[in-house]
Amino acid sequence: MKRTNLKTNDLILQTTVNIVFFIIFIFSIYIFFAGHYTPGGGFVGGLLTSSAIVLLLLAYDVKTVAAIVPFNFLKVAAAGLLIALATGAGGIFYGEPFLKHAHGPVHFPLFGEIELASATAFDLGVYLTVVGVTMTIIQTIGETE
Amino acid sequence: MFDIVMRISLLILAVSTLMYFYRLVKGPTVPDRVVALDAIGINLIGMTAVISVVLKTNSFLEVILLLGILAFIGTVAFSKFLEKGEIIENDRNQ
Repeated sequence: MKRTNLKTNDLILQTTVNIVFFIIFIFSIYIFFAGHYTPGGGFVGGLLTSSAIVLLLLAYDVKTVAAIVPFNFLKVAAAGLLIALATGAGGIFYGEPFLKHAHGPVHFPLFGEIELASATAFDLGVYLTVVGVTMTIIQTIGETE
Repeated sequence: MFDIVMRISLLILAVSTLMYFYRLVKGPTVPDRVVALDAIGINLIGMTAVISVVLKTNSFLEVILLLGILAFIGTVAFSKFLEKGEIIENDRNQ
């Protein structure tokens, strides 16, 4: 089933992906932030973000996507683990046990009072780790000739 | 009454999924099977919607969007494999 000398033009696929990518990405951000009260969270959000990048990989190639999304995904996974660890360790400095989460109203200059929970930062770590690990696996498999 | 209508539509969707499954097993060529799998995914979306109406919950609405996205990505990946022999190219200008 290998017909590599066939020159094809993926115009319809690329135009569709250019629009659908942003829809999937915004949906993943929504699912990430909705995880506290509705189904969703860091894991599903990370998987959706990486599936959006996989869609870019399908429409274009590894080099183009590396130019569009210029991240070293191993470092993204490491940063996610570091954020999760730092969120857990933050409780220690206030005399609380490890992974003790805090929440409370925070005043922002433009939005006013917003109730923030430090569990969101832990979820951000999960999100970055999932994106980093998934994209590392897929790019490593895709690059081998 | 409304509940019975929802259950009947669920039954019709299940029968249609079974027919797609026949095409998936029997289909003479690979593209037949890919199209059957894509349509089964779309049927699954409809069944999720009807079930969330029957259970009177809106917790499955994300699942509907998610299934649509996954069905699209899977079908695109499979058709690219059928056309070019590799799913993720290293450099498409070569």
